[in-house]
Amino acid sequence: MVSKELTGSEIVLKALEEQGVTEIFGYPGGAVLPIYDAIFNQNQIRHILVRQEGGAVHAAEGYARSTGKVGIVLVTSGPGATNAVTGLTDALMDSIPIICLTGQVPTHLIGNDAFQEADTTGITRPCTKHNYLVKDVNDLARVMHEAFHVATSGRPGPVLIDLPKDVLMAVGTYKPKSKIKVRNYNPSVKGDLNAIKHAVETIAKAKKPLIYAGGGVINSGPAASKLLTQFVKMTGAPCTLTLMGLGAFPASNKQFIGMLGMHGTYEANLAMHDCDVMVCIGARFDDRVTGRLDAFSPGSTKIHVDIDPSSINKNVRVDIPIIGDVGHVLEDMIKVWKGTQAKIDAKALKAWWQEMNAWRSVDCLKFKQEGKVIKPQHALTRLWELCREAKKEPYVTTEVGQHQMWAAQYLGFEKPNQWMTSGGLGTMGYGLPAAMGVQVAHPKELVVCVAGEASYLMNVQELSTISQYRLPVKSFILNNFYLGMVRQWQELLHGQRYSESYMNSLPDFVKLAETFNMVGLRATKPSELDDVIKEMIKIDKPVIADIHVDQMENVFPMIPSGAAHNEMLLGPEDETEKPISEEGMVLV
Amino acid sequence: MRGERGPGEICEVNAQNETVNSHTIAVLVDNEPGVLARVIGLFSGRGYNIESLTVAKTDNVNNMSRITIVTTGTPMIIEQIKAQLSRLVPIHNVKDLTIESASVERELALVKVVGEGEKRVESLRIADIFRARVVDSSNESFVFEIVGDTGKLDAFIRLMEPLGLADVSRTGVVAISRGVKAMDVAY
Repeated sequence: MVSKELTGSEIVLKALEEQGVTEIFGYPGGAVLPIYDAIFNQNQIRHILVRQEGGAVHAAEGYARSTGKVGIVLVTSGPGATNAVTGLTDALMDSIPIICLTGQVPTHLIGNDAFQEADTTGITRPCTKHNYLVKDVNDLARVMHEAFHVATSGRPGPVLIDLPKDVLMAVGTYKPKSKIKVRNYNPSVKGDLNAIKHAVETIAKAKKPLIYAGGGVINSGPAASKLLTQFVKMTGAPCTLTLMGLGAFPASNKQFIGMLGMHGTYEANLAMHDCDVMVCIGARFDDRVTGRLDAFSPGSTKIHVDIDPSSINKNVRVDIPIIGDVGHVLEDMIKVWKGTQAKIDAKALKAWWQEMNAWRSVDCLKFKQEGKVIKPQHALTRLWELCREAKKEPYVTTEVGQHQMWAAQYLGFEKPNQWMTSGGLGTMGYGLPAAMGVQVAHPKELVVCVAGEASYLMNVQELSTISQYRLPVKSFILNNFYLGMVRQWQELLHGQRYSESYMNSLPDFVKLAETFNMVGLRATKPSELDDVIKEMIKIDKPVIADIHVDQMENVFPMIPSGAAHNEMLLGPEDETEKPISEEGMVLV
Repeated sequence: MRGERGPGEICEVNAQNETVNSHTIAVLVDNEPGVLARVIGLFSGRGYNIESLTVAKTDNVNNMSRITIVTTGTPMIIEQIKAQLSRLVPIHNVKDLTIESASVERELALVKVVGEGEKRVESLRIADIFRARVVDSSNESFVFEIVGDTGKLDAFIRLMEPLGLADVSRTGVVAISRGVKAMDVAY
């Protein structure tokens, strides 16, 4: 068959279609009008019109994280592209596969300070995994397919393709995926077998083993989570997860000791500190996880499985690095474990679990719901229990701050891809558009955005999108009238001088919901909470639930900046005993 | 071959060794717009040093360029630099010529010396000792071309200082491994 000549815009859409794309998030403008014209003339791909380009990228992130597919963004040149920068950086930090198509002024005007021109590839070079400027329509099909390859292989990430308007309008040949060979980017997925054998031997000899898994397990696909669960069970070791890894191992499993890190559980952090063999699987020793580096897990042999060689020995020196896809490596580890009939010394393991149980008995996440004010922890606990009662397993997105940490602590995820949060970059304004993206991907499922009132306002314009596409997203706002996490740090580090962290003149969220033809609900005292949550779950429409919570509540446990894992603050009574060091104050 | 590395290779980094050393790194890249910006951006974005950097197209068949970077850091930092470079999509191969093999390093400088009389003669005499060539001369100036390793060039330039050193242009270091082994394109 002779390949048909197509316009650049048609080539873009045909490549998307061939790659299995069914939804894209975007916002039109002058430079991308040819693509919008091509979208008008087809029925395969559904376009979701957001209200600001930043929302499109977060929506695509939510879509990608909850499905394992690539999220697609389409924006115009100049301001369209610059508005996408935050989302691209967010996706880069959290390894989310995104393809962002940006319009560009025609090639002959590039560099002329033309209207709505920006050096998009220059601006986005450090915040994408890779980017392209396509100057010839005959390169377009190759670049499109290559972009999918780059975004999804190795450590996933955002890829941007800058498309000058004249290239979109020019006529060229389409090349199918099968004809494209990516010549220089083919990361290996299989781990070195000798290293895997060495790792298994080391784990089998451990007395205090610990498995610390992260977002890489989720990125590897649902099969990797199953393999992780199997491996943890085989070894009998305790398992902790990072913020990005929640759901990779079932929270209800007895071997799960909670999230680790700055606001992780007492048992998880002490286990990190005291273990003798640490198996890090698809996590990257982030500073929120390690605390003070020179006091980080001083006595352990560290095994690190990661697909990205640059994650190895970046912050923490590891003894046995295994470079490969988590799923493939876990499969081999299980094979070797079975093959060698490895077994951890039962007596040592029992003693280790006794230590673990002693730490657990501290019950570091306990809280008291009393009086007339709703405790945020109580609100989330009830949200989860009532979802269970209604037989729902919600997809949850969060904004960034105290509510995010409480959600991570009190919502127990059983499956991967149910939890979407901005981990690495900590982007306020992520949650609402991300929930929108998740709901587009899973129209029949319950999607809850756990938000703080301040973060929520950062991309609140997307309520209009949610309303237009009748996406039944539930916003669960833990409203404390403060930038809660900022206020907490000011309390702990800056002598309770609450500089610019209180917000006056917040919208009436119930009325806000009504203006967008949504349902607004409010709970201001504990007795109203359950009814509001039940109502929210039941209604098949978008809902904003405004939950007024204790304004002065802090997130505990907490490893203060510059402290080690075994120097946690467990609650308010610890604050005065362990003042934060000068060095700690400098850290973020 | 990207991403494939024996575990031993990384383990060899000595845990106690925090000394900062200079390393010469050779990088094979696609000859395409923006590739140098990616490399430089990586160095500035992550706070690594660039002591010297050279780049030119070296392979017409595959349309590739070779970048030679001289950088400094602890063994852990150098390992990071290599891993971070390898991660860039248009980069095919990265080699640390300082530790992975014996190598030859050369640099070229053009040195302008302005002066008269005895000083002028002295500069010629020293140029002779260093096997520098005169590539331009006027009644009051010479331009010398000198090739050698960085230390030799530094020494020559230092000696020219009192003799009327006016201008220096250096290429930066280029390097290649000794012996039969060549750098793979690594498709």
